[in-house]
Amino acid sequence: MSVPAYRRAMPQRYRYEAGKCKSCGKIFFPPRLICDACKSREFETITLNREGVVKTYTVIHVAPSQFVDQAPYAIGVVELKDGVSLLTQIVDCEFEDLKIGMPVRLEFRKISEDGKAGIIHYGYKCVPI
Amino acid sequence: MREVAIIGVGMNKWGELWEKSINDIFVEAALEAIDDAGVDHLDAMYVGCMSGGLFNGQEHLASLLSDYLGMGPIPATRVESACASGGLAVKSAIIEVMSGNAEIVLAGGVEKMTDVSGDQATYALATAADQEYEVYQGVTFPGLYAMMARAHMHKYGTTRKQLAAVAVKNHDNGSLNPLAQFPQKVTLDEVMNSVMVADPLRILDCSPITDGAAAIIVCSLETAKKISKKPIVKVIGLGHATDSIALHSRSDLTSLNAVKLAGERAYKMAGKTPADIDLVEVHDCFTIAEIIVTEALGFFEPGKGGPAAESGQTARDGKIPVNTSGGLKSKGHPVGATGVAQVIEVVKQLRGEAGKRQIEKARIGMTQNMGGSGGSSVVHILEKI
Ligand SMILES: [Zn+2]
Repeated sequence: MSVPAYRRAMPQRYRYEAGKCKSCGKIFFPPRLICDACKSREFETITLNREGVVKTYTVIHVAPSQFVDQAPYAIGVVELKDGVSLLTQIVDCEFEDLKIGMPVRLEFRKISEDGKAGIIHYGYKCVPI
Repeated sequence: MREVAIIGVGMNKWGELWEKSINDIFVEAALEAIDDAGVDHLDAMYVGCMSGGLFNGQEHLASLLSDYLGMGPIPATRVESACASGGLAVKSAIIEVMSGNAEIVLAGGVEKMTDVSGDQATYALATAADQEYEVYQGVTFPGLYAMMARAHMHKYGTTRKQLAAVAVKNHDNGSLNPLAQFPQKVTLDEVMNSVMVADPLRILDCSPITDGAAAIIVCSLETAKKISKKPIVKVIGLGHATDSIALHSRSDLTSLNAVKLAGERAYKMAGKTPADIDLVEVHDCFTIAEIIVTEALGFFEPGKGGPAAESGQTARDGKIPVNTSGGLKSKGHPVGATGVAQVIEVVKQLRGEAGKRQIEKARIGMTQNMGGSGGSSVVHILEKI
């Protein structure tokens, strides 16, 4: 992964920063320049609520190369309390306990790395509450 | 707007074509389409290709392929919309003829996917998902569709067996298609016990990595009537729509809005309803995709796509034959070529050239091609005149 691409996503991956439309209140994660609901271009930066529920999930058995060491691992779509959904790994959880509707919380974790000498990728994963 | 017809089709046997280059396979298919149409020149060309850059290190494909096809200076355009690139090439060619800007236009699609390792192919395909917020987290394409499958099962009670029934049916159809990559029949047990890829999807729920090309010749209906020696297939509807690329940005994980909208636009233009369609080729990149797409196109109520597949309503002798070609599942899925090959199957069916898989009295057919996890979709409706 390129350093600029990594660095510019840090506010979202490290600090859960999102954009809230000043006109209609819709929250965008990642932030955008125009609201698809009301077409306003005015946003304020907010921090996402880190708690939510699992809307759907899967367990990845055949993984991309940089995730092979982690497989099998669970991934889900999580809807946070402020209505924003995001895709994230579900960790610290037995696969048989995974359920649609289970409450989870985002935690700061290591995601993957670019080999032995490249960037270490950090970000959020979710854990059961 | 002018009326448009399809007068020529061409595609090669799909599979691992290690002895041939991307140029070779495209030109083979294009020449077959040109010969089938009986035309001596092209006025323009569209090529659907998702990622010549990542699979072959080759961009600037439109000019390269026009040159290798011996068509030199004709205007040639490459279009990209991930796995819907082929369908978009067909749409682009139709619109160019419809507008009167060109008379005889080739729409082709190509993807040469086995020149790279499986892991590099997975990476190239994953670029059709949101890199920073989906792929970064470790999800794969089977993973995205697996999450749709899980949500569909949860909401509607769709079963593992219903998913498997789609693969069994498509391999059965593909066994009658001499151009299919995997013409072997499979059983329910084989699908349900195959290697787990992304729970609940197993390897036999997934379409393969394929090398292949396909091409059609599009012209005005007027010209078709003058030069065509075969039954003429008219384009009566087309629809195209997009949706958020990221699965998590969708309000409903159990439906595909781009497919629904593209279908509605195509039905409206054609003045037809789902009941008028005699057969459909849909984008079954994963078994769950076929189930959700048949719902989105209005053939079955939401949640009824699974039971419909299991009870044979989508078989060749069912209410609506789905993927008589074998679909992406058995025929193969060279991503940029798929949408063009779907049109070819429908044209062959309408002309009565589908051999052992022929649907009797087929008069109106539909195709549905999809990019990524449903971030784009192109639908065509064709009628034999
Ligand atoms: Zn707004």
